[in-house]
Amino acid sequence: MPKIHVTTTINGDATEYLCEPEQTLLDVLRDELNLTGSKEGCSSGDCGACSVMVDGRLVCSCLVMGAEAEGREVETIEGMADGEALHPLQQKFIDHAALQCGVCTPGILVAAKALLEQNDDPTETEVRYWLAGNLCRCTGYDKIIRAVLDTAAEIRGA
Amino acid sequence: MPDEVKLNDMDSLNWVGTRPARPDGVDKVTGKARFGADLSLPGMLHGRVLRSPHAHAILKSIDTSKAEALPGVKAVVTRDDFNDMPSEFVPAGEMMVNYRDIVRNVMAREKVLYDGHAVAAVAATSASIARKALKLIEVDYEVLPHVIDVEEAMKPEAPLLHDDLFTVGVEPAPKKPSNIAKVVEFKLGDVEKGFGEADIIVERTFNTAPVHQGYIEPHACVASVNADGLAELWVTTQGHYVVRGHCARMLGMDISKLKVTASEIGGGFGGKTVVYLEPVALALSNKSGAPVKMVMSREEVFRASGPTSGARVYVKVGAKSDGTITAGHCELKYQAGAFQGSPVQPGAMCAFAPYDLENVDVIGYDVVSNRPKVAAYRAPGAPISEFGVECVIDEIAKKIGMDPLDIRMKNAAKEGTQAAYGPKFGPIGMISSLEQAKAHDHYSAPLGENQGRGVASGFWFNIGGETCVTMNVNEDGTVALLTGTPDIGGSRASLSMMAAEELGIDVDKVRPMIADTASLPYTFLTGGSRATFAGTTAIIHASKDAIDKMRARAAQFWDVSIDEVVWENGEARPASTNVGDFDPLSIEDIAKLANSTGGPISGRAEINVQGAGPSIGTHIVDVEVDKETGRVEILRYTVLQDAGKAVHPSYVEGQFQGGAVQGIGWALNEEYIYDDNGRLENAGFLDYRIPVASDVPMIDTVIVEVPNPVHPYGVRGVGETPIVPPMAAINAAIEQATGIRFTELPMSPPKVLKALDEAAASGGDD
Amino acid sequence: MQEMRFEAPETLDAAVALLTNAEGEARVLAGGTDLLVQLRAEIIEPALVVDIKRIPEMLAITQASDGGFKIGAAVPCQALGENMALKAAWPGVVEGAELIGSTQIQGRASMGGNLCNASPAADSVPGMVAAGATVTIIGPDGEREIPVQDLPAGPGMTTLTKGEVVAFINLPSPAPNSADAYLRFIPRTEMDIAVVGAGVAVTIDDVGVCTAARVSLGAVGERVLLVDECAAALIGTPIDDAALDNLAAAASAATRPIDDKRGTKEYRTRVAGVLARRASIIARDRVGAK
Repeated sequence: MPKIHVTTTINGDATEYLCEPEQTLLDVLRDELNLTGSKEGCSSGDCGACSVMVDGRLVCSCLVMGAEAEGREVETIEGMADGEALHPLQQKFIDHAALQCGVCTPGILVAAKALLEQNDDPTETEVRYWLAGNLCRCTGYDKIIRAVLDTAAEIRGA
Repeated sequence: MPDEVKLNDMDSLNWVGTRPARPDGVDKVTGKARFGADLSLPGMLHGRVLRSPHAHAILKSIDTSKAEALPGVKAVVTRDDFNDMPSEFVPAGEMMVNYRDIVRNVMAREKVLYDGHAVAAVAATSASIARKALKLIEVDYEVLPHVIDVEEAMKPEAPLLHDDLFTVGVEPAPKKPSNIAKVVEFKLGDVEKGFGEADIIVERTFNTAPVHQGYIEPHACVASVNADGLAELWVTTQGHYVVRGHCARMLGMDISKLKVTASEIGGGFGGKTVVYLEPVALALSNKSGAPVKMVMSREEVFRASGPTSGARVYVKVGAKSDGTITAGHCELKYQAGAFQGSPVQPGAMCAFAPYDLENVDVIGYDVVSNRPKVAAYRAPGAPISEFGVECVIDEIAKKIGMDPLDIRMKNAAKEGTQAAYGPKFGPIGMISSLEQAKAHDHYSAPLGENQGRGVASGFWFNIGGETCVTMNVNEDGTVALLTGTPDIGGSRASLSMMAAEELGIDVDKVRPMIADTASLPYTFLTGGSRATFAGTTAIIHASKDAIDKMRARAAQFWDVSIDEVVWENGEARPASTNVGDFDPLSIEDIAKLANSTGGPISGRAEINVQGAGPSIGTHIVDVEVDKETGRVEILRYTVLQDAGKAVHPSYVEGQFQGGAVQGIGWALNEEYIYDDNGRLENAGFLDYRIPVASDVPMIDTVIVEVPNPVHPYGVRGVGETPIVPPMAAINAAIEQATGIRFTELPMSPPKVLKALDEAAASGGDD
Repeated sequence: MQEMRFEAPETLDAAVALLTNAEGEARVLAGGTDLLVQLRAEIIEPALVVDIKRIPEMLAITQASDGGFKIGAAVPCQALGENMALKAAWPGVVEGAELIGSTQIQGRASMGGNLCNASPAADSVPGMVAAGATVTIIGPDGEREIPVQDLPAGPGMTTLTKGEVVAFINLPSPAPNSADAYLRFIPRTEMDIAVVGAGVAVTIDDVGVCTAARVSLGAVGERVLLVDECAAALIGTPIDDAALDNLAAAASAATRPIDDKRGTKEYRTRVAGVLARRASIIARDRVGAK
């Protein structure tokens, strides 16, 4: 079957790929571009482990077709740190032990970053509802929520 | 039991008890960490499994010819590609598995036994071709009557899953096969006498739903088998040595020919202690000659990988009016799934274990039915039996007007208590956790309308097991720490801290790694809350080995005897001024001298660790019940649990919090829903409903520390216990809020509302 | 086995032409939050998928001079919440749309897609029905406009014919002294499909009497219901306890639910009344707060 040629921008880099019509953006990121930081936990938009930004909106990349990314701006966990410098959220997640197995962590970080970019003073409830689409089975969420709130406080203080 | 050891001076610790950054932290926050599905190899094929749509059927024939003819398909395997194996039990975590059953669970043979049972598998050049190929496989099923419910399955007229299954543990041995695989019993004293002494007896029957571990990472592996039979397997697992053993046996390989590497693991909770895809991927790779990757979909995870048992639990407890429990009896009927081996034995062991009782009788039944074979799930079996017992004890407390913590205190197991399942306990934390619960401000905080507070305790015995560690002293004096237990929840942090503590060096100088199966001797899996307990025990031995070698090198360099060299604060020093006036030699100095003093240095331990101390916890929960919809909201939650000694307190707290929230899910919403044909209707996160971030409050934690006397730092396993108390604690809280005591899990809104309406119709609350 | 073709036209006419000329099953892709799930689960295997998000008007919210709104079928729900004028005029419609799935889903899911997926439990639909919204459908034979509640034909089925696409959702300008609200019940706090949903829009006169009402229920029938008996229970009353009791009873009576994995008949019947009542109170109080 003819593959679809897509030209897009991923983490600021111009990127081209070929994909099958049924491949999702998550399939493309993981299988074609070897960007395996976005995880596949469900393929139905219920776990958030594949969270990425597309044109500034937080989405599940398993619910975006690979072909749809044409001309879009995609941001993944691989683009979150600035070279060697971790994003403040990444550092706080380590400091607060906000991960155990770590498989949900990339999606949660991408989602939390999207929250803090639009609201740097969220309440605990706002953080919890914003992250409700990111399942974590290890932590009980406590340390994740604390890490996000602490990052927000640090960003506000800076 | 191993001897007690001299406890370290806890006031002079450098690392144990601190909270350094975990060594795999940056990898995991940047997306670099490689999990099961993250590896790709050149020329790799994609494997997929065809699964049964029937709950119970004879597999009359499987025709794979059309699938094999599809361009891009490189191999197809069915039951014909696996040798049958005789019945033989081997340990898997705290449970036992049978090779006869593993081979049938991995690929159905005579019959399919549950919706989702694997029937065939293909490897193709792309995932989409593999999916298309599955549709071309023709399977002729003869559908049989099926049975889902545990008590239905126990009836003589129930559809029989295995015509060669005869109940073990009853006299006389039955002549007819049944779905009851095993009966176990633990007895202490004389329960009839005990009930005779009771002023109050409460008996209740509970139903609990099977619940899935719900790890976010599906099962995944990449297998590569060469023409000469040498094979490699990359897999997300709690125990790569166990995977190696099972796969080698199933495929008739020498163990030396199969090297298994554990990927980062995205949660397991017991569910990644057995094999599903791994032997299939190896068989497909063997047949195709190419590496094969297999990844389960979420639907497959729910349909075909092990939840823990659903069960029917009958509990009878007698007590005197002062709260002294005189007798406890319970009858546990656990679903094993399609093959025998439910966690009814550990469930029976733990049922009354938090209490010091004279008269106990626990009977357990292991029952097969047309559901996926259960796997271990966090304190396997214990949450089910202890839920029933804790609910009944709470009810007795209420009936005799006693505080629910006080009745537990009055009957608490303590040092010297004889447990019904065998051991006499050493120092344990039941009383400490209860005392700290009572003193916690949560316990006396005011409650509002429609709100209630509940408490419950939980027990898990913990395990040790085969554990190996190698500690390589590098040329610059840094240390490479090789362990064999996959790190699920931050164990590399606690293990490297223990190495740093023992060697007297900075934790940053220790690089922990999970070794592949060729690089360390057999190490049992991460499970039973053993990784930190057993791992640190082995590290203490390995450190002593490395230190002795380094002392010997210093002695050689100084030309003194080894007895004249001591190891202090990470340095070799003369034992006294009489030995000579030598500057201390740091580990870095000794590493530089290594070649001139005999060669490289390492410390090793290869041991079977004994003496895991039980961990006991008490939980406090506040709920609010919406009396018009039946929804239960968790308002506040506190976990107080004995850790012996918390090596890295953040990850101990994390275990408490994670276990509690899994328990909240078990209590309120999680369940398996089957249709009339025995097909699973909620095989996805959408309708299985694990707790999301907005469902729960912060989970407060109190780390109780009653040292385990056989560990030099007092460490106990902590991971399992926190899932035990939540269901009973929430049940008690709902009772306080509504006056209704539920006997069925989950306590989901329709059930709660129905009970509220019925209570209102019958003239109000009691 | 047929291969799936993907197209992303830039005009509505081109989209209609593609759908009209499609051989085999054709599907419109808006946010994709239902479509991609169905594709991956192999519930549907269309020959053609037409992404309408490259059509500018499909992503636009425009307010007419009379105060009404024209919402492109593919506008993500998050964008509805970001439109302050829309949120002020129809808070209940927006809160229904904003309850669909997670934040991630919100960035993609659209009211047009939610409607065309034709689930009786669709969260955005009762609010639209209560608000008296219509849809503009464009097809090979031109344009037609129908009430929102007439689009679904039953679970997973719509009244669209071959080549037709839902282009816009039209919300009228709210009458003075009006407000709406939507509530749903789910077992968790987020991420579930509604077990019951209730949308209510009311108009209340200067002396506090309800002069107009529309009440809509989700997940209690084969499609979202507009329940006149509920409206009748409110109209002419001050929406007091007596009226709310009548409303709740009417709501429960109007349901025709099924037992399924998400809820029982008995439960849905009971809770439909509870939610209709609670949503009515919110709508009433919103008028009072204006």
